[in-house]
Amino acid sequence: MRYGETGFNLEIDLSQGKIGKEETDPKLTELHLGGQGTADKILWDRVPGDVEPFSPDNLLIFSAGLLDATPVPGANRTIVNTFSPMTNLHAHSVMGGFFGPELKYAGYDKIVIRGKAPDLVYLWINNDKVEIRDAGHLRGKGCHETAELIRQELKQDKAQVATIGLAGENRVYTASIDSSCGSAARGPGPVMGDKRLKAIAVRGTKDINIARPAELFEVCRRLNRELAENPKVGDWMATDEDDSFHHDNFAWGNARVRRRGFWSKELQDRWTKLKYQHMDRQRGCYNCPKACHNVISWPGRKRFSYKCYGKDTYHMAAFQELDFSYDILGVAQEYGVDSYSTPQVIAFALELLEAGILTDKDFPGMPSDTRGRFFYILEKIVHREGIGDVLANGVYHAARQIGKGAEAYDHNTVKKFEQLPIKLKKLNPPYFLMIATGEKMSITQIEGSFPQDPLPTREQREEFVKNWIACPDDKFKRWFLEWEKREVLPMEASCAITDWNEAMHYIDDSIGLCGFVSAFRGQFGGRTAYHLWNIPQLIALATGLDFDKDKLWKTFQRNRNLVRALNVRRGMRRKDEAPPADHWAIRDQEYEQKLLDAYYQFKGWNREGIPTKETLAELGMDYVREDFERKGILTS
Amino acid sequence: MRRYFASLKKENSRMKTIKKTIKTIRINPYKCTGCRACEMVCSTTHANPKCGIVNPARSRIRVFWDETNDVFVPILAGEYTQAECNSRYIVTINGKDFGECSFCRSSCPSRDLFKEPDTGIALKCDVCGEPMPEGGPLCVQWCPRGALTYAPERIEEIVAAEDEEAAEVEEL
Repeated sequence: MRYGETGFNLEIDLSQGKIGKEETDPKLTELHLGGQGTADKILWDRVPGDVEPFSPDNLLIFSAGLLDATPVPGANRTIVNTFSPMTNLHAHSVMGGFFGPELKYAGYDKIVIRGKAPDLVYLWINNDKVEIRDAGHLRGKGCHETAELIRQELKQDKAQVATIGLAGENRVYTASIDSSCGSAARGPGPVMGDKRLKAIAVRGTKDINIARPAELFEVCRRLNRELAENPKVGDWMATDEDDSFHHDNFAWGNARVRRRGFWSKELQDRWTKLKYQHMDRQRGCYNCPKACHNVISWPGRKRFSYKCYGKDTYHMAAFQELDFSYDILGVAQEYGVDSYSTPQVIAFALELLEAGILTDKDFPGMPSDTRGRFFYILEKIVHREGIGDVLANGVYHAARQIGKGAEAYDHNTVKKFEQLPIKLKKLNPPYFLMIATGEKMSITQIEGSFPQDPLPTREQREEFVKNWIACPDDKFKRWFLEWEKREVLPMEASCAITDWNEAMHYIDDSIGLCGFVSAFRGQFGGRTAYHLWNIPQLIALATGLDFDKDKLWKTFQRNRNLVRALNVRRGMRRKDEAPPADHWAIRDQEYEQKLLDAYYQFKGWNREGIPTKETLAELGMDYVREDFERKGILTS
Repeated sequence: MRRYFASLKKENSRMKTIKKTIKTIRINPYKCTGCRACEMVCSTTHANPKCGIVNPARSRIRVFWDETNDVFVPILAGEYTQAECNSRYIVTINGKDFGECSFCRSSCPSRDLFKEPDTGIALKCDVCGEPMPEGGPLCVQWCPRGALTYAPERIEEIVAAEDEEAAEVEEL
């Protein structure tokens, strides 16, 4: 019997209409845990490096985390992996909600999808009964509208549905996959559309077995309380009305302008009133005591929910106020577009218009006001009409397709992917490394355990480290105590901090924990609920696999190097690892390259950022070494 | 369902009037986040071996879950009925009509709710069995936002044996 996981994957071939159920090798769980870890092993084994993202041979893998559907609070993530048309690299995508746990209750840890359906279809998984069904009647329907229509036609009000909207159907590169209050961005939406898979509906009534029941229950009972009461976990933006941090520090428009002093008490009062006038409730994901999603009803729009900085991206890109985000979010979410990349693409287009690189002829019939223009361009993008067909490929590709100097306006992408609009003065060394070398594409998916900035006084720093339970090693405490200026950190510290930050995300994405109770949340206050000290115990109690801190760390390294290997095989090298040139005003090329050298060495990678033979051997990944030697990526 | 913690009335003893505090699980659907932790904890603590299985389909509490209309109502499993009921009514919430089964507590032949998914055996909330878990019913304990509370509902005066003391009664 398998514990914690189901031990089965669903294998779908949309070209041939084939459906299969395959038992998985428990050894892979031991080596990679689940979620993204085991999904990436499948990508390595089955998708050669020259397979295009829009090839039928590309796989789209939906995974539940290893601890999803167990009593572990906040373990509910659905992880979606594939190769992204935006980056032509590994796509890392995670969503909250209920889909992953429901998939496990239906008896599967993953859905592995290959091929392309002849026409639009959806997948209906009802325990052992799995059907590929016609979705012609759902063409062009919104994400949540589709979910509702499927529940009604199946007469299954308890089915969980993951869908794409019109953007995904039209293979818009910034398209997302949405399910309940969750949204999976950064790559898989257009691949799902390319496979002509409109949605996956799942309903499960099977058991998940727990290896050590009484012990796990007691630990989870404690954690449930702790999460509920700990203000340092969950999304503080759901309730904290003071959002001066993003508005005063992040860049507006096409990641251009900082507006210091924008925030005011008057604004805060006005926006708070606006929010509570339109908020229906705050929602949580499956088995999580936090309520991070604000559900908003806006006149004339479909009800929507938002979390975190997703509340700000549209109105900051458009130099508007919160009411504009509320007006456009319900529309954009039904179309199924990522709310981080998409507003930047629109702001980029308007900059090109202002610069005369694009002209009024490119925007026939566009309104003259900014709000109207955002709606207009959004429509063009999701329909891939006119200039929208170009913009739908994201800032990097659109800039090159447009030419005429548009490339210079693509100033905020890394590895062809839109970054958060952050423009600062002085370099923060771990942030340089995270933005340069991260392969989860957004800094929110990389940062999170070590604080972003030093605390001003020694006393405050001492207070911080006193109860820093999550800290995996005393060296981090020493570095933090001595850290006074943001830009001054020993190289060794910068490498180790980046490594630890990454480690937590790689672990979360394999076991299904939400970053807001784990990887992302340690940096603010240091009191995250999950960390390297208690996660091994949870894995052991749920699955029966022996795990300790060292073994967990090694598993992170294996999963981390597997993503690197996937991307190296697709051509990624050192030249691709550079933060936006204007991310910091003060730069020192020589120092940055030395730092990158030090980090590669720290990670066991060579000067090109490729894992060395020794590193691969140490992690039991000789299959990668052999492949790299055959291809001449490593010399034999 | 009522359960008396006090000793049963003794026959032939002298009677008196005592006060009993009636406790009940109160559901506030406006506070429900829809997280379904109540389903998880109910299903696992009723499993055999205890906590050895998680399966919300075996839970004796189910959240009526309609995110489109923003309606989330935890429903505790009530009595088993042998036949579909004849009642015909519609509940209207925020302009949306919900059919008569939506908020029904019964395990009934017309639907699979509140039945073991493999055997079809009817499920009923037992307020976590005898004795009640320390701290009250577990769905209430795991409810993070106070959508479920377990508290004194009212005080009733009842006739009881002279040696019986004031007691707590739970009602569902």
